[in-house]
Amino acid sequence: MTDMIRTSGLVKRYGDVTALDGLDLAVPKGTILGLLGPNGAGKTTAVRILTTLLEPDAGVAEVAGIDVHAHPDKVRERIGLSGQNAAVDEHLTGFENLDMVGRLYHLGKTKSRERARELLDQFELDEAGDRPAKTYSGGMRRRLDLAAALVASPEVLFLDEPTTGLDPRSRINMWNAIRSLVDGGATLLLTTQYMEEADQLADDIVVIDHGRKIAHGTADQLKTQLGGERIEIVVDELGHLEVTQSILGELCIGDVQVNRQSRKLTAAVTGGAGILQEALRRIDATNVTLLDVGLRRPTLDDVFLTLTGHVAEEKPDEGTNGELVEVPEEFKEEEVV
Amino acid sequence: MASVAHTLGDGAVVARRNLIKIKRVPELLLWTTMSPIMFVLLFGYIFGSAIVLQGTTYREFLIAGIFAQTVVFGATFTGAGMAEDMQKGIIDRFRSLPMARSAVLVGRTASDIAYNSISLVVMSLTGLLIGWSISTNALEALGGYLLLLFFAYAVSWVMAYVGMLVSSPEAINNASFMVIFPMTFIANTFVPIDNFPSVLKTVAEWNPVSTLAQAVREAFGNTDPSMYNTDAWSLHNPIVYTLIWIVILLVIFIPLSVRQYQKTAARSK
Ligand SMILES: Nc1ncnc2c1ncn2[C@@H]1O[C@H](COP(=O)(O)OP(=O)(O)O)[C@@H](O)[C@H]1O
Ligand SMILES: [Mg+2]
Repeated sequence: MTDMIRTSGLVKRYGDVTALDGLDLAVPKGTILGLLGPNGAGKTTAVRILTTLLEPDAGVAEVAGIDVHAHPDKVRERIGLSGQNAAVDEHLTGFENLDMVGRLYHLGKTKSRERARELLDQFELDEAGDRPAKTYSGGMRRRLDLAAALVASPEVLFLDEPTTGLDPRSRINMWNAIRSLVDGGATLLLTTQYMEEADQLADDIVVIDHGRKIAHGTADQLKTQLGGERIEIVVDELGHLEVTQSILGELCIGDVQVNRQSRKLTAAVTGGAGILQEALRRIDATNVTLLDVGLRRPTLDDVFLTLTGHVAEEKPDEGTNGELVEVPEEFKEEEVV
Repeated sequence: MASVAHTLGDGAVVARRNLIKIKRVPELLLWTTMSPIMFVLLFGYIFGSAIVLQGTTYREFLIAGIFAQTVVFGATFTGAGMAEDMQKGIIDRFRSLPMARSAVLVGRTASDIAYNSISLVVMSLTGLLIGWSISTNALEALGGYLLLLFFAYAVSWVMAYVGMLVSSPEAINNASFMVIFPMTFIANTFVPIDNFPSVLKTVAEWNPVSTLAQAVREAFGNTDPSMYNTDAWSLHNPIVYTLIWIVILLVIFIPLSVRQYQKTAARSK
């Protein structure tokens, strides 16, 4: 398989800030790479370098086998970009925006218009297509921006946080649109702060923090890397923590983590439901009442937390996406080892 | 050759986009044409009542000055437009497309010619209403209009460059007020410069806005002998002197702006 996107040793500094610190990436043709990282990790910087908008201080970036620094024009002919902030002209209608982009890709007048209508249809913007984009909702602008990235049916696509700021319904729609792109053979680099999004879309996930790769693998591999299932129990009183902890301690692997504030105990186990049943039987024999009990598979949130030591931060700019991925409150206080 | 065609083609696409904005936000055009009308009327009647010239009426004298001032101020739009594109991030879209490198600037400066043409038409009509007239032939008059547009075009490239340096479209308005305002006033635009204090007089004599106004007055036949009470070569050869300035500005600021455009990405926080 050929890599349609490749970087090696990419470095970018802004004064004292090292935005990228030797990043290596490889995205095989026809796959989606999820570039996952908290706000400020360097995702946008990587995308900007790969899309010819920014020059790295060191390292090599290649798109479709072409060196980005040496031949930016050739790279531009093959890529589509939907940046972190929707880059649409708000005074133009949706149709005019897409038509303009088609002309600038030199598709010609007829082809540009056809393609514009086609994309408006595909992204359910056909009714709004002749209204200025400033009347669009955030989700519509995002979709228009994605459509603009697709005008020339590029081989390689870069989507920088495509669902940030979208409501859950728009986000699902966007996911479907993104999936269908890869069915068409495109190669995609998608950045996101949302583990769930990477889990849903990406073939391969690279987790970065402070401009460095800290993990790499499929969603399943990353989850396995963290460990297997675990039991989570919330007891009714602080005084009951100790006895429960000792019961769990006999059944689990490793140490039992205790969070006194939320009266929650977490224990990694290997036997799944059987072990949980056994634990409950033993707890039943005491006077401990349980408020909550569960067997959890690790989410990518857990992976992320383990790897970076901090939770994915909410919110770069707009302020409406807090609901998208809720990091469970108790998780924020807990020390996961 | 292919690349020139390419640049012009892409520039035209960008210019069309800018012109659509004028259509969608007509207030913009309204305001920009209102202020020259105000100038024509206020200066024409207020200064006109106090200033007596030999050989021509003040209102005739005034029109070329107001034209010059207005088209030079028009360049502010170029700067504000570039600054806005930077701020809104659409520049990232453009820069990631396989379009000619200078097309955004070519399109931006070209659409501002359209802008200035519209305001020249409006001002001319207002001028005719208050008694201004052209006493030369159509060809010469056309030459005057072209020189105005050409000079404004050169200043547009300066402001395009400045627009990419400042942090917001508002900053451009302040910057241009600080620079363009004195530039258009320390000149023979609104009053004859004979009685200016000596340093200001020299500045005014060699100010290309003065020579532009002078050249346009000649083109329209709105001249007056007092305009030539000077030893400055510039005012005796206003067309050549103005053209030299146009060439200098273009030669410096086209490459500078294109380079800056390539360097500056949209401002990310
Ligand atoms: N133009 C810039 N000037 C200075 N620092 C910047 C600039 N752009 C990004 N940075 C810094 O570089 C780091 C990485 O930023 P970015 O790539 O935008 O991260 P992400 O997209 O993952 O949120 C951050 O610390 C950010 O503050
Ligand atoms: Mg970012």
